[in-house]
Amino acid sequence: MSGPGASPVAPNADALARDAARERRRLLGLSIPALVLVGLLLVLPVGWLFYLSVVEKDAYSLVHYERLVQEPAYVTILWNTVEVSVLVTLICVLLGYPLAYLLAQLPPRAANLGLIVVILPFWTALLVRTYAWLVLLQRRGLVNTLLVNLGLIADPIPLVHNMTGTVIGMTHILLPFLILPLYASMRAIDPDYVRAAASLGASPVRAFWQVFLPLSLPGLVAGLLLVFVLCLGFYVTPALLGGGKTYLVAMKIEQNVNTYFAWGASSSLAVVLLVSVGLIFVGLHRVLAIQRLFGVR
Amino acid sequence: MAASAPVPVSHVRRLWLYVWCGLVALFLVLPVLVVIPMSFSDTVYLEFPPRRWSLRNYRTFFGSVEWRDATWVSLRAAVLTTAAATVLGTAAAYGLAVTRWRWSRALQLLLVAPQMVPAILVAIGLFYVYARLELVNTMLGLVLAHTLLALPFVVVTVTAGLASFDMTQEMVARSLGASRVRAVLTVTLPQIRYSVISAALFAFITSLDEVVVALFLSGGENATLTRRMFSALRDQIDPTIAAISTLLIVISVGLVGLVQLLGRTRPAARSG
Repeated sequence: MSGPGASPVAPNADALARDAARERRRLLGLSIPALVLVGLLLVLPVGWLFYLSVVEKDAYSLVHYERLVQEPAYVTILWNTVEVSVLVTLICVLLGYPLAYLLAQLPPRAANLGLIVVILPFWTALLVRTYAWLVLLQRRGLVNTLLVNLGLIADPIPLVHNMTGTVIGMTHILLPFLILPLYASMRAIDPDYVRAAASLGASPVRAFWQVFLPLSLPGLVAGLLLVFVLCLGFYVTPALLGGGKTYLVAMKIEQNVNTYFAWGASSSLAVVLLVSVGLIFVGLHRVLAIQRLFGVR
Repeated sequence: MAASAPVPVSHVRRLWLYVWCGLVALFLVLPVLVVIPMSFSDTVYLEFPPRRWSLRNYRTFFGSVEWRDATWVSLRAAVLTTAAATVLGTAAAYGLAVTRWRWSRALQLLLVAPQMVPAILVAIGLFYVYARLELVNTMLGLVLAHTLLALPFVVVTVTAGLASFDMTQEMVARSLGASRVRAVLTVTLPQIRYSVISAALFAFITSLDEVVVALFLSGGENATLTRRMFSALRDQIDPTIAAISTLLIVISVGLVGLVQLLGRTRPAARSG
């Protein structure tokens, strides 16, 4: 039996180390097929896009990026995208924070039932939800009919095929992305902190503002950055609900590829989008270890 | 006093919160639910509530060759994607979770990256590469792309399942003489089967509902259901879409409900 006083180098230490290394290589090898897939289908194409964005007629050139800042059409598109993203993110926070708060305070079973209202739309196909809004927001759709019947408006208002419809649709689709991480982080907040504040004389409002809200901030920032990132790259909903009038970055990228075959133009936009998303994720990582957001330990 | 609140505040004082949350909940759920009765309406212009109930839209859907072909393509792609993503993803998740290497986390992140990159970028990148490999509008190309997109869900779900699995059980099996492969197959996998099955279901839904990449990579004979729907929605609001949507909702909700149910019947993890 070797104890603490035994010889520091065991006779088969080398063999054991080699075995361990071989075992580790074999285990890591299990992940190689998946990594190859990601490497070939994600890293390589994205790298190619970077390359395409700096090439014009077989020569290196920055003309594609210059176009982004010089041509008013592109500037408008970039600005529109940021505007819409900020707007949708803010609305999501307004709608989502209270709901996450309420759900986080319910006993676990009731909360799980309550979460169904978030999970149900979350797992419903994007296209189906967009379509639902397309129908609901029509001139003769449910929303307009309701507003007219309630006497709030005289004639149906154009709610779809414009910015309004786009914002409504995007909010609906992205709201679960805010609520779910926020709910998880709120659940982790120890209610004793708030109780302690109350026992020290704080009113419920004050206890919330000064104790609960700051504690929920990491989860909130994580959720809203995620929603913002998703807004920036959104394609389907603006394409269908925007009526061709709302031009966001993703739509311009698609148009450049499918209609104009302008790979230089679309790849430079793609790179800008990717770098923005990447930077935001890096910033997010400082607030909340990013892998936790996606469930990885 | 509202028992669920950590501070003494009555339900009445928080009424505004309940009302607001109720409205938000309605906002979230109604659009999805409303599609279902609308699909049974008889008129071309979808109305709610339908004045006359009929199965017209469903008949159109099942009777149309194009829609049936598209459905078939989508289902085939989804099944193949599920198989590929579950196998690749589970293997990768296991390999990375068990190995204590400083780059394991980075590799896990890389495997999750396909869902972090905006779909439009994944789509055009693949489109560009596929065009050179003549993989556009092929089933193989579509399945590869969908597998890429489903991998993150599988890796995350299986990794979480492995985290709550006690690895010593596998070590015990190996110390009793089983090879690693046998130990994994007979000890580990059966116990994480809930995670693997959930991962497979998520992969299936992801592939079935995927639209952006399908827009670029599937077409012609291999056009997916979602691609057809997108084109149809761009032109006019075809009421058949309501029927297809209802079917998709039922499938997604059914599968996710299944995942929840499976989770409930799981035997409680034994401690000690």
